Amino acid sequence: MSPVVKPKREKFTLPSKYLLFILTIICCLMMVITFTTDVFNKPLNYVVGYIIVPYQKGISSIGSYFSEKKDALVNVYDLLNENANLRNRIAELEEENTRLLQDKYELNTLRELYELDQTYDSYTKVGARVIFRDSGNWFSTFIVDKGYKDGITPNMNVLCGNGLVGRVSVVGPNWAQITSIISDNSNVSATVINTQDNIIVSGDLASMDNNVILFSQLIDEEQKVTKGDKIVTSDISDKYLPGILIGYISDIADDPNNLTRSGTILPAVDFEHIEEVLIILDMKQSVSDEELKNGYNSLNFSDEILNEEEGEEENTEDGE
Amino acid sequence: MKRFIVTVLLLITLFVFQGTVFASLNFANTSPNLLIILIVSLSLMRGEKTGVILGFFAGILMDVFMGTTIGLYALIFMYLGYANGSFHRVFFPEDIKLPMIMIVVSDIFYGFLVYILLFLLRGRTDFSFYFSNVILPEAIYTIVITILLYPLILWINKLLTQDEQRKAKKFVS
Repeated sequence: MSPVVKPKREKFTLPSKYLLFILTIICCLMMVITFTTDVFNKPLNYVVGYIIVPYQKGISSIGSYFSEKKDALVNVYDLLNENANLRNRIAELEEENTRLLQDKYELNTLRELYELDQTYDSYTKVGARVIFRDSGNWFSTFIVDKGYKDGITPNMNVLCGNGLVGRVSVVGPNWAQITSIISDNSNVSATVINTQDNIIVSGDLASMDNNVILFSQLIDEEQKVTKGDKIVTSDISDKYLPGILIGYISDIADDPNNLTRSGTILPAVDFEHIEEVLIILDMKQSVSDEELKNGYNSLNFSDEILNEEEGEEENTEDGE
Repeated sequence: MKRFIVTVLLLITLFVFQGTVFASLNFANTSPNLLIILIVSLSLMRGEKTGVILGFFAGILMDVFMGTTIGLYALIFMYLGYANGSFHRVFFPEDIKLPMIMIVVSDIFYGFLVYILLFLLRGRTDFSFYFSNVILPEAIYTIVITILLYPLILWINKLLTQDEQRKAKKFVS
């Protein structure tokens, strides 16, 4: 044997304890970085988008097949019950129909008044298909099959039918994450169309099961706002375009403080069965903080007022 | 290498199924947590290191698609993987009781952490509601799916182990 036997090098292994420690630090770092910047979004979204999205598209069709089957099964048991209910509904609907005709007339006049007639149609929209839903049971987000390649950027508004679904929160090359307005971390500034009172519509996990969303901070001393009133997005929202239908008030009550009122809204969109959505490519015109500051300075306002205003806006506008 | 590819495929498949098929097949607005099943069973079968790495990547996947902060789910899943991996010594493949118990405990613990980190910190204090309406149904649904999914994961692991042993033997002789 030759004296220079190379000692067999031990394969380097890292004890799992240290691995855990290192990865913990990496995770914490990433959390801090995502809180301050969005460095990770581009590359991570890119990689994940190309590996997983094509797969999702395929499996998604299987999912909707099963979903249909499940619904059909449930329907068989409910049919008898439903039949009786439907007869009652016909009577109700006939009554409602006359009321709606009146509403329609009213709406037309209101549209002229507020120049809403051109709002929906004039936006450029792009259709997208839902391919993936939030697999956890905590929030209501989903993934659609259009991304920045199709011109989608964060904070674009998303519609389904004629109602507001939510807004784009994260964008990948061929996918986008949409946070719906019923999600627990979502707040929308809205307007009661009859009275032009502003309210805050906030998603809530507890009411998500009943398919309603909460609203609050309605200042309505004369108690003019009633059940069935229409809610649209407000002009002062900085992410949502004005005049998009959110839903109808289903329940309203005075707050304990006797100053404001709150209640629930029945959304115009059936959030459980969203298959295809429309993304509005037009963005709400936004004024950056610097521009705002310059504007204020030119008006000789002090910074204190500005900071106060900004603080309030953050509180009411977005809870993310 | 083969094990690596199979594990990655398994992870992506379960993740995609969770968001598509099972999201459509939800009962009472609850869908099972397939990723927890995968992480717990593989960490029990393979040990701490697999648990940590698998948990990390599963969490990153969740973070990119579902989360708002990258690293949060990764952290939770990683520690779940590590904790379950430390039970590797008392794990026997024939015994389904330990994995079942560990999956339920992990799922409830996961729900608990998500509640604290993402809900309690935003002032949602009604824990009993979230426990009975989200955490508990999810755990029950998950355990039902485990009965179907666990044997599959066990079988895949067995095939891989046999394959590795055969290769090692060939290399020696």
